[in-house]
Amino acid sequence: CLLSVTMPHSYPALSAEQKKELSDIALRIVAPGKGILAADESVGSMAKRLSQIGVENTEENRRLYRQVLFSADDRVKKCIGGVIFFHETLYQKDDNGVPFVRTIQDKGIVVGIKVDKGVVPLAGTDGETTTQGLDGLSERCAQYKKDGADFAKWRCVLKISERTPSALAILENANVLARYASICQQNGIVPIVEPEILPDGDHDLKRCQFVTEKVLAAVYKALSDHHVYLEGTLLKPNMVTPGHACPIKYTPEEIAMATVTALRRTVPPAVPGVTFLSGGQSEEEASLNLNAINRCPLPRPWALTFSYGRALQASALNAWRGQQDNAGAATEEFIKRAEVNGLAAQGKYEGSGEDGGAAAQSLYVANHAY
Amino acid sequence: MAHRFPALTQEQKKELSEIAQRIVANGKGILAADESVGTMGNRLQRIKVENTEENRRQFREILFSVDSSINQSIGGVILFHETLYQKDSQGKLFRNILKEKGIVVGIKLDQGAAPLAGTNKETTIQGHDGLSERCAQYKKDGVDFGKWRAVLRIADQCPSSLAIQENANALARYASICQQNGLVPIVEPEVIPDGDHDLEHCQYVTEKVLAAVYKALNDHHVYLEGTLLKPNMVTAGHACTKKYTPEQVAMATVTALHRTVPAAVPGICFLSGGMSEEDATLNLNAINLCHLPKPWKLSFSYGRALQASALAAWGGKAANKKATQEAFMKRAVANCQAAKGQYVHSGSSEAASTQSLFTACYTY
Repeated sequence: CLLSVTMPHSYPALSAEQKKELSDIALRIVAPGKGILAADESVGSMAKRLSQIGVENTEENRRLYRQVLFSADDRVKKCIGGVIFFHETLYQKDDNGVPFVRTIQDKGIVVGIKVDKGVVPLAGTDGETTTQGLDGLSERCAQYKKDGADFAKWRCVLKISERTPSALAILENANVLARYASICQQNGIVPIVEPEILPDGDHDLKRCQFVTEKVLAAVYKALSDHHVYLEGTLLKPNMVTPGHACPIKYTPEEIAMATVTALRRTVPPAVPGVTFLSGGQSEEEASLNLNAINRCPLPRPWALTFSYGRALQASALNAWRGQQDNAGAATEEFIKRAEVNGLAAQGKYEGSGEDGGAAAQSLYVANHAY
Repeated sequence: MAHRFPALTQEQKKELSEIAQRIVANGKGILAADESVGTMGNRLQRIKVENTEENRRQFREILFSVDSSINQSIGGVILFHETLYQKDSQGKLFRNILKEKGIVVGIKLDQGAAPLAGTNKETTIQGHDGLSERCAQYKKDGVDFGKWRAVLRIADQCPSSLAIQENANALARYASICQQNGLVPIVEPEVIPDGDHDLEHCQYVTEKVLAAVYKALNDHHVYLEGTLLKPNMVTAGHACTKKYTPEQVAMATVTALHRTVPAAVPGICFLSGGMSEEDATLNLNAINLCHLPKPWKLSFSYGRALQASALAAWGGKAANKKATQEAFMKRAVANCQAAKGQYVHSGSSEAASTQSLFTACYTY
């Protein structure tokens, strides 16, 4: 608004100690070769996952499933820097009564928590949304911090179509992400900022790149306006990809180039890490693309790694199928994808060579809501 | 709705990005020799030389006719309109002399400050009218980059949101128009050093200003890989009683840039803003030694800090040509070393090189 003449005097949002704590947490999560397991599926999202393998969506089954993931052995220490929890899971325990939070922390992995409360419509737009969850957020963050969480995640959703994303959707989602980030930092929690542009649609790679640049520019302007300390944040964007219904096929290298170019034009070097969402890519695709991104010849001043949900868990879920006898094999599937992505985050993944099973199957679910 | 209508073709982008990279390659920087007639008047008055077109021409001739090895330190020269069309004493155009040395020729494009009503004496910059046609003509006349200086100041209620937004927008419009005409825009949002504020306050303001500038550039579809940034270093105000080391200036400066300037920008060429020649070099060196990630080249675009000793040596006398050129070459080489973090302070400080070049509320 041009009417205000507020002069920017500095009222520091954070002390030097608070900044150091936040920045140390962020760096730990994206240490070389490490990424994030997004295990924060809401009850509704878990319903979809479990129904695909014929398992009932009960609290116990959700607990048993997360146990499969969290009982992974020390091999995950070198490739998983953080795990995002859903609220329910943060207070669950394994079969021996050990809280999941403790199991994860004991592996030297940082615990995170999903804090948004889902999307709500923006009236007067073409089906666009913002994300709610700011009410009482400070108190919730303070409690989560006491309960072992050091980072949080909040997902905003934008979509590409003839007239979207609109200026309002971009502005409003950027603003709500910045408010969330500011509140997190006040409570010692590193905010992961997730402005996801869905892959729904038939647009090409260039269109996605253009939109991604606009969205990210708005996000970083909002973060600056809200006095967010960038060194104590992480970004969780979509990779730049064509829409799912786009007839043109692109190589991982093309995706990498479009993605890194978009980030270079918008994400300040102060941001320690970019942890991509997998957005319905198959497990193998998500790894190959991340690998290509880390081999991209353009200079990249931030860590470029993963924050994968489906792309880390699809094979594990399929191997488990709700049977405890399968738990060990399922855990192995998860460890395998974790290690592959750890390599991809360093540009060292040579490809699986195999074609098939759950790894290559497209995980696209239309208009995905977690 | 976010529809894409490409502002530039692939060929246009390639040309712009190559020009930008050439200017800042290998530690090279820019000689800002674009002082307006009025500003040259101030400079010449200090050495008691009359401000005539001929005297201005003579001084520039001495600088531009320096040995070709200057092209290892100087990648670009910004000219004032008058100078673009001047010739040396043999009738050779200055711009051709520079181009033959492999130096990229630039032109100052703004038309000075205009007040923003309702603010505490803040300004925006004019010069958009007919800018596209002017750029096209300059491009034909051998120019490959432009420069436009916006000014913000730190004071009570300043810089206001309006000043920040308006200057960022003006810079983005100028940049967009330049690129349409094959000129690389140097974007200069100078936060002037007038005042008694400390280093931290300057850093805070610089971050706000640069965030606004990059948002505006994005909104205006400017191709960042084909631009250069010319910011102030982050320093305390001139009347601040606290003194800071080059390392402190460097850390504050690189931190501010690192939080606001996308990696796609190929180079950042600092203005010297009234620092002495030696301080400008020492600070640039410390900046290049700062351990924070620096994905852009960090170089110089100096006016006073490259020319002060040369002007003093010249004194308006043709007989002093050699001494003038030596003084200029020395600063150019020193700053090129500083742009690589390799400058070693000589220890000998001639009067002109350490003398503060601060002029209150500086306008070119």
